[in-house]
Amino acid sequence: MSKHSVSVTVNGTAHRSEVEARLLLVHYLRDELRLTGTHIGCDTTHCGACTVLLDGKPVKSCTLFAVQADGRSVSTVEGLELGGELHAVQKAFKEEHALQCGFCTPGMMMSAVALLERNPSPSELEIRQAISGNLCRCTGYVNIVKAIQHAAADMRATRHTPAYVPAQEPAQVSR
Amino acid sequence: MTMPHTSPEISGMGHSMKRKEDGRFIRGKGNFVDDVVLPDMLFMDIARSPFPHAKILKIDSSRALATPGVLAVITGRDLEKYNLHMMPTLMSDTQMVLPTDRVVYQSQEVAAVIATSRYAAADGVAAVDVEYDPLPPVVDPYKAIEKGSTLVRPDRKDTNHIWHWEAGDKAATDRVFSEADRTVSQHLYLPRIHVSSIETCGCVASYDKANEKLTVYMTTQAPHAVRTVVALVAGHVGLSEERIRIISPDIGGGFGGKVPVYPGYVIAIAVSFLLGKPVKWIEDRMENLQADSFARDYHIDAELAFKNDGTITGMRIKTLADHGCADAAANPSRFPAGLFSIATGSYDMAAAHIAVDAAYTNKPPGGVAYRCSFRVTEAVHTIERMADIAAHELNMDPAEFRLKNFIRPEQFPYQSATGWSYDSGNYKAALEMAMMKIGYWDLRREQEEKRARGELMGIGISSFTEAVGAGPSHTFDILGLKMFDSCEIRIHPTGKALARFGTKSQGQGHETTYAQIVAQELGIPAAHVQVEEGDTDTAPYGLGTYASRSTPTAGAAGAMAARKIRDKARKIAAYLLEASEDDLEWEPGKFHVRGSPDRAKTIQEIAFAAYTNHPQGMEAGLEATHYYDPPNLTFPFGSYIAVVDIDRGTGEVKVRRFVAVDDCGNVINPMIVDGQIHGGLTQGLAPALMEEIQYDEQGNIQGGSFMDYLLPTAMETPSWELDRTVTPSPHHPLGAKGVAESPTVGAPPAIANAVVDALWHLGVRHIDIPITPFKVWKILREAGVRD
Repeated sequence: MSKHSVSVTVNGTAHRSEVEARLLLVHYLRDELRLTGTHIGCDTTHCGACTVLLDGKPVKSCTLFAVQADGRSVSTVEGLELGGELHAVQKAFKEEHALQCGFCTPGMMMSAVALLERNPSPSELEIRQAISGNLCRCTGYVNIVKAIQHAAADMRATRHTPAYVPAQEPAQVSR
Repeated sequence: MTMPHTSPEISGMGHSMKRKEDGRFIRGKGNFVDDVVLPDMLFMDIARSPFPHAKILKIDSSRALATPGVLAVITGRDLEKYNLHMMPTLMSDTQMVLPTDRVVYQSQEVAAVIATSRYAAADGVAAVDVEYDPLPPVVDPYKAIEKGSTLVRPDRKDTNHIWHWEAGDKAATDRVFSEADRTVSQHLYLPRIHVSSIETCGCVASYDKANEKLTVYMTTQAPHAVRTVVALVAGHVGLSEERIRIISPDIGGGFGGKVPVYPGYVIAIAVSFLLGKPVKWIEDRMENLQADSFARDYHIDAELAFKNDGTITGMRIKTLADHGCADAAANPSRFPAGLFSIATGSYDMAAAHIAVDAAYTNKPPGGVAYRCSFRVTEAVHTIERMADIAAHELNMDPAEFRLKNFIRPEQFPYQSATGWSYDSGNYKAALEMAMMKIGYWDLRREQEEKRARGELMGIGISSFTEAVGAGPSHTFDILGLKMFDSCEIRIHPTGKALARFGTKSQGQGHETTYAQIVAQELGIPAAHVQVEEGDTDTAPYGLGTYASRSTPTAGAAGAMAARKIRDKARKIAAYLLEASEDDLEWEPGKFHVRGSPDRAKTIQEIAFAAYTNHPQGMEAGLEATHYYDPPNLTFPFGSYIAVVDIDRGTGEVKVRRFVAVDDCGNVINPMIVDGQIHGGLTQGLAPALMEEIQYDEQGNIQGGSFMDYLLPTAMETPSWELDRTVTPSPHHPLGAKGVAESPTVGAPPAIANAVVDALWHLGVRHIDIPITPFKVWKILREAGVRD
């Protein structure tokens, strides 16, 4: 199978890799870059465990090819913590007990981050709509909604650095 | 509510301590099975049958073997050489690992492809050529047990009838029914559903030829039991138990579905053993939904006998259980129908009789108790639906009917008509609290007004009793392994602790809860207690986490091990304080001499002394192990009330409010308990309104992905309103009972009762779950309701 060269900025670091055309973005992140926080739950874009931000917008990385991310910027859960400081959404998920097994949590948080970047004061309904592409079997969603409200309040009160970093030319070639 | 009596720093029972495990999950640093990568690791994928029943005429692997990256194709014939083509089930039946001549369900494993990457393995699967000769499938269990039906398991029996099981007194129950003022009967079907944890199943099997040791990272809720089973099955090829290490890393939800041993695990282990290389197998969602163990699938005929004043006198149930192609249900082996005999529920009645028959059909094997203890969900659904039907027939309010029939607090311990001894309960208190919280009588008035206007609103109650904490060794086992659980605690010289347990969390928060138990008993801050589980090389033998058994069994073991340590600590303290042991008083964290609070030694000082200055003749160190054998199950309970509004045009049911009052005895961490209830309620809402695995008459699965197997999102899930009463278990060392499954068990009948309550005046007496908009829409059309 032919290989394609892709340049992808992941959490601010530029990577250039040779990949098969059919390589899914989620496998690129997990297997090539060893960023295993992004999980696979369903293969059909329904569960959202693989949600990452592509140029700042939430996408399901299990139904995108790595080549589709060429020249673009991807943010994953590993990029939320900056300079040793947890993102407001991460803190709020712990504070409000918004996770149990933790498997859907990275994707759920990425959807929450994307929502709060575009809407700093979402209503409960807007929060529920924003995470309706992320299934969770453990928490019953009540505390996830609370955590996102909590994070929204924290983010409004303090300046924060957006999780999205624009794509850049790779300084080094990975793998 | 349990009042905490340790300081926030110690954070023992009753503190809503934030979870110790969360740090890694919110950073994306959990270690799930698919995250495990070993040097030289190979990948396995599985070719599956498109037919529910067929002869295998030929498996041609040549195209697959010619596929780049493919190293091997494994068939049933290959495994047969090692007698590994069949494996035992948890119920002493046998199940195919890979078939040698016949497939018996759609999506059954037919051949495994081993390759250098997951994509190459998938390419290989697509190139495995299998020639089938289709056979007629048996789909309906009632037809399956008819004479002359096609046999699903000719290797096993000359009929598709697997077993018959009874509980209770048939003669006494028949007598009660013949003398009853009134009786009601109803057929109920609890459909086949699937746990659908967001993480699918998988493993990385790694056989190290040099050291003759097998290590398997595996999505399992019961690592020790799996190790024993692997040793029993594969001992003849040299895999004896001390050479096997099963590691359950982080598990992305289990809910019972990760108790069984699936063929994929066995094949991966066999291949790794043969090739001497690590092999990773991760199933995809379609494989998970189509071939892993299902839940429920009980066809139930229930009758209730009662007096004109509403007093229940007896219950009679006949049930047919569809077990698919193998009797592989996850049950204690003495109870082929699990705890279905708990079907008398929260009600005092003179007699009951339960009969269950099981049938083979051409569907996947197994039968797990999806977040419930061994078919309590089916039992509770039956009695709670029957209670509502009886109340409505009597024109009596369902709440009053329940209050009249509840087992009263002074009747505990209560001996049920089917042989269970309930430990403690106060059912009236829970229902009254729920009624007050939701404003029950105001809602009934609102319902009358709405009904007069033609609007459809219903109120449904479920006052369930659960039976959790399997279980006492005199009655509970898996494949002969008694269902105790265990804890080993080591206190380090600096007063920090390591506690290892025989259970395995799949999100229940054991690292926090167990630390709090040790903190409660020893006064060592929970933050200083490191909890470990899931590695058979380090954890003491235990039977794992399912059936809400962790707090009732391993939690108790933790408390008992800590008490052993406290006993030794008392001796050391007496030595250090030059006082008599009898003169010492304990408060969490220290001993002091009675009457002299200043003459004290903290647990940390005692720990240091245990390694540096212990009494002559005493063994050094401060550690203990306890294997806890519970004297009885624990019986948490609760009352749930659901309010639903039904759209007259679409038939859609909206759960407007849902109040859940739970009683799980003394509470260790209220935050975690509430979280478990939120999740459990959502997993109760799901089968009530959405979840079902259906088969057509040809045995084809109708909906084998999340495209059509519907799970609730944040949009359908209501804001759960919780409260609790506290009725401690008299026999549990902490007075705790276990909670995680109560809401899954209790919620579906509350919702079903609410929907039927909304439609009763239209002549509706029962609707089988899931209550989909289409089902309700048809009912409304038939009743002439249009919008």
